[in-house]
Amino acid sequence: MLNDANPSQELKEAQERRLLKAWQTPKGWRYWSEVNNTSVGLWYTIAAFGFFLFAGVLALLIRIQLAIPNNDFLSADTYNQVFTMHGSVMMFLFAVPIFEAISILLMPQMLGARDLPFPRLSSFGFWCYLIGGLFVCGSIFFDAAPKGGWFMYPPLTTDYQTGIGADIWLLGLSFIEIASLAAAVELIVGVLKCRPPGMRINLIPLYAWYILVVGAMILFAFPPLIAGDILLELERLLDWPFFDPERGGNPLLWQHLFWIFGHPEVYIVFLPSIALVAMIVPTFARTRMVGYSWIVLAAVGTGFLSFGLWVHHMFTTGLPGISLSFFSAASEAVAIPTGIQFFCFLATLIAGKVTRSVPILFVSAGLATFIIGGLTGVMVALVPFDFQAHDTYFIVGHLHYVLVGGTIFPIIAGIYYFYPMVTGKLLSDKLGYASFWFLIVGFNVTFFPMHISGLIGMPRRVFTYPAGAGFDILNLVSSIGAGILAIGFAIFLWDFLRPRKRQPYAPRNPWNAGTPEWLAHSPSKPWGVRSVPEVKARYPIWDQPNFVEDVDEGRFYLPDAKEERRETLISSIVDSVPQYCHRLSSPSFLPLTAALFTGGTFVFATFHYWWSAAICAGFSFATIVAWLWTGTATIPEKPDKRIKGEQRAPLYLSGSKSVGWWAMFITMLGDFTAFASLIFAYFFYWTASEEFISQAMSREMITLFIASCCCGLLAWLSTLLARKLNKWETSVLYFVAIAFSAICSLSGATLIVIALRNSGFDPTADVYPAIVWVISLWMGLHLALGGVMQLYCLARKAAKRMTGEYDIDIQNVSLYWHFAALTTAITILTLCGFPSLA
Amino acid sequence: MPDEPSSQFTHFFGKLEPKQKYGQTLALAPIALAVLSGCHGPQSALNPAGKGSAPIVDLTVWLTIGAAIVWFSVIGFAVYAIRLNPSAHNRRRARRLIIGGGAVVPTIVLTVMLSYGLSMMPEQLAPAPDGSQRIHVSGEQWWWRFEYELPSGEFVETANEIWLPLDEPVEFLLNSPDVIHSFWIPSLGRKLDMLPGTETRLALHPLKEGYYRGVCAEFCGESHSLMAFDVKVVPRRDFDAWLERQRSDAVIRSLEQEGARTFTRNGCGACHTVRGTFADGSIGPDLTHFGSRESIGAGLFKNRKDNLEGWLRKTDTLKPGVNMPHYAMLSNAEIGAIADYLLSLK
Repeated sequence: MLNDANPSQELKEAQERRLLKAWQTPKGWRYWSEVNNTSVGLWYTIAAFGFFLFAGVLALLIRIQLAIPNNDFLSADTYNQVFTMHGSVMMFLFAVPIFEAISILLMPQMLGARDLPFPRLSSFGFWCYLIGGLFVCGSIFFDAAPKGGWFMYPPLTTDYQTGIGADIWLLGLSFIEIASLAAAVELIVGVLKCRPPGMRINLIPLYAWYILVVGAMILFAFPPLIAGDILLELERLLDWPFFDPERGGNPLLWQHLFWIFGHPEVYIVFLPSIALVAMIVPTFARTRMVGYSWIVLAAVGTGFLSFGLWVHHMFTTGLPGISLSFFSAASEAVAIPTGIQFFCFLATLIAGKVTRSVPILFVSAGLATFIIGGLTGVMVALVPFDFQAHDTYFIVGHLHYVLVGGTIFPIIAGIYYFYPMVTGKLLSDKLGYASFWFLIVGFNVTFFPMHISGLIGMPRRVFTYPAGAGFDILNLVSSIGAGILAIGFAIFLWDFLRPRKRQPYAPRNPWNAGTPEWLAHSPSKPWGVRSVPEVKARYPIWDQPNFVEDVDEGRFYLPDAKEERRETLISSIVDSVPQYCHRLSSPSFLPLTAALFTGGTFVFATFHYWWSAAICAGFSFATIVAWLWTGTATIPEKPDKRIKGEQRAPLYLSGSKSVGWWAMFITMLGDFTAFASLIFAYFFYWTASEEFISQAMSREMITLFIASCCCGLLAWLSTLLARKLNKWETSVLYFVAIAFSAICSLSGATLIVIALRNSGFDPTADVYPAIVWVISLWMGLHLALGGVMQLYCLARKAAKRMTGEYDIDIQNVSLYWHFAALTTAITILTLCGFPSLA
Repeated sequence: MPDEPSSQFTHFFGKLEPKQKYGQTLALAPIALAVLSGCHGPQSALNPAGKGSAPIVDLTVWLTIGAAIVWFSVIGFAVYAIRLNPSAHNRRRARRLIIGGGAVVPTIVLTVMLSYGLSMMPEQLAPAPDGSQRIHVSGEQWWWRFEYELPSGEFVETANEIWLPLDEPVEFLLNSPDVIHSFWIPSLGRKLDMLPGTETRLALHPLKEGYYRGVCAEFCGESHSLMAFDVKVVPRRDFDAWLERQRSDAVIRSLEQEGARTFTRNGCGACHTVRGTFADGSIGPDLTHFGSRESIGAGLFKNRKDNLEGWLRKTDTLKPGVNMPHYAMLSNAEIGAIADYLLSLK
């Protein structure tokens, strides 16, 4: 019987032809307009590795300089640039992006999806990252690199480093952080909404669970840093004294904001690599993961706890003993969920029968190394020990054991493991073993002695050290180790890049893994999975009979692309019931163009070329509007389509079932976190100094602020009204409501500006007026942006690109306005209400 | 006469007699030697000489032993699981391992460790008792200003070298006029940051006579690496005598009148103070008793004439980013005269 379940050969071929046509990668120069996850993910991974090698070379320079005492291979100034760049590039341009890169590349396959929900957003994020990264790295060739250490403590980085370096760090990396947030949004929505039918929340591959946790962590960790960046850059640029103690500022505020980001950052970097381990271990143990739910709980727990530990980077700043002890205990507590994850892996290894291979070797090396870093971490989390070890080479040793053991080795394991899936060819076992030995020996020879040099008194970040203090031999040993380590990476790199024309393709699923990403053909097909499977087990290839064949025969969902459009299935969050068929965006140069102009804005602003920056910002805005206008919320040519057999699914949904709504919601959570960080700054100043509120607001200023708040709330309410009116046939009322709301928001923003200009609050005079300016400008900016969105909705309806039924635009703008209204209310309550209470 | 100090930090060699002894006996084990000598070095946290630092060394030893036990057990177990494991184990039993190894054991170990470690906190953070010697410290890019507060309320200023009375509590009041520094004498106790705008207080209690070295632990700019100071712990009597000497004005011998004039003529007094002369600048270190100090340039070189002359000629290359200009334009005779003058200020 020939039907959908058993399609004829002819039908199958026709389907494959259509799928191929829809998913084909553009040829020639148009290749760079591709937005599909397999291409963007690959570029992303390669770029991240490029930055890793660059930072690695910087590390070698550091080790050459420190090989002997009183060395003058690098000058003090160059050395400070080199170590600052090493840390910043490794953290911001490698560790976080590599996880996003690997996830963009692999996660759709793990979820049996054809792509992530917003391919153009991934592409935009990648191009922003590449442009920002090249800009930041390039600075070192012009002797203009940042040199304040990767945590950039003011006032060193405000008043005492007047060059362009700190601005490059602040603006260049903020730009990249925004790209990271974009990727986080993409990945969170991907895990929540792009799972295959049947993959309930308890069947999600562990990798995706980890990515969900890490995405959420990025969402709450990066915004405080962005808020800090804004304050620091404002102080550098306009002399607003946020960190200047002479004018009421406080340098410790930066440390709080930085480490509220910086500590979760460690886990943001570490958890995705453990996620790779969680995929590799069951495959080679030949058994399902033991303690799946324990791992998930532990990952979530680690994510939560990691936000409560930041003060352990500040144990020596003179905080009161009670807070030190509290944060000490909290920091130790995070060892428990980490321990649970490790014992889950051990338990799985012992429950199974381990096949030896290069990936499992690197996994073991990673775990053994990481445990040392974890144990020294337990040591430094104990306050009295940290009093001595803090800011010494002990910390340098500790953090490299954590990051190399917890991140680099698992990533190498992951590369050996997934290389055949991406390229169709296996990496060499022989070279793998060789590089393994060089890496493990080199790593330990480099970093183990650092624990001792730290304890015998060598501070970190020194460009040289005295002879005869006991540092000489230890440093020489470390430098020799760095050479061995470099050889190990060189071997790995050669294996990674060497031409493989003649090497035969690896068999499909060469490791006999059980998770859906191994459905990929060898070499892989551009469409990902032949049909989106129905998943009923955690390891469906192992546990679902006929699984691979059913997928290949197109017996599952979306086996065809009738309209030759890129499509994937969107499901409900908990039970993963298919909700609609999501039309994905096609290749386009718009994301690249938008990234170029956005990058231009940041780069020109760094050099204070204000006109060029403004022009770029204008073009960037126009490009993004064009992208949204032509590429999003497009009304489909028919309401629904067949997704499997006779089962049909709509092609368009709005509200909380749609991916766009979730993306807006998640973005706004991040945005709101940045706002909350500014409010935190306000109250931090208040608790730190009794004279914080240094001048009273005039009656006129308060009136204008409240008027602006009312405008904001009116704009919010009329947007909600417009959303309702949009459903009706008579659109006149809709236009009135939405136009009124836009007028309200824009006048609200204008009132804020007028209030500030007439207030007599001089933001350079004292920290109080400065923070009032920042918070109210933040609110004004949100009102103005909201106004632009309302005008966009007005135009969409006028252009008939939005109707009562197809109303994603107004739905998402209403969601934005919930947050904007909350921001407005909190701003005005804090700024106008609080001084009268305090 | 070498025109620049031949080797930085040369004075270190003279200070490390015990190390040289080890050097002869352990010639075959250079790494062990380095580690051992480093442990006993004047800048080592593993060479405890204070009430605060000794318990931390004990803690370090116990933590290291504990960490080693944990690591070897886990790794031993992993090796068993990966290589020796003869047959697959029961999954239920494996799950028990997660609860035991991942949750129960760590909770117990961490609780014990926290109670031990945090029980030290009151002593670590205890303020110095009233009547302790108070020393105001100002960390400046890249040197140390010390002001001893006398019971009379008078202040005695010096720079880059402190003497401390043996077995008595001392209170340091830490400030910074520029960036964040961190005050650390590893052998005597914990480090504490010096924050612009906020005074932090640190109590130390030296227990062993001897020479130690303090450094800046927080990255503070270009020459962060070159910001050290000398610490001498001496019996009360010697301390009193030293402080009395530091308190007195400079005595200028007739032999050094020429050097003193050269010093004044070249404007050195605009930044440096030599009490008892017209030099009363307060930007740079107080030089009233410069000749009595162990080192120059904030722990950079042994205080010798050749080093000092080199320092005067090449200040900016020896300490990159330093505020003091070099005086290479002066003649050898002038440089020599200034050096003689400064070294005579005992």
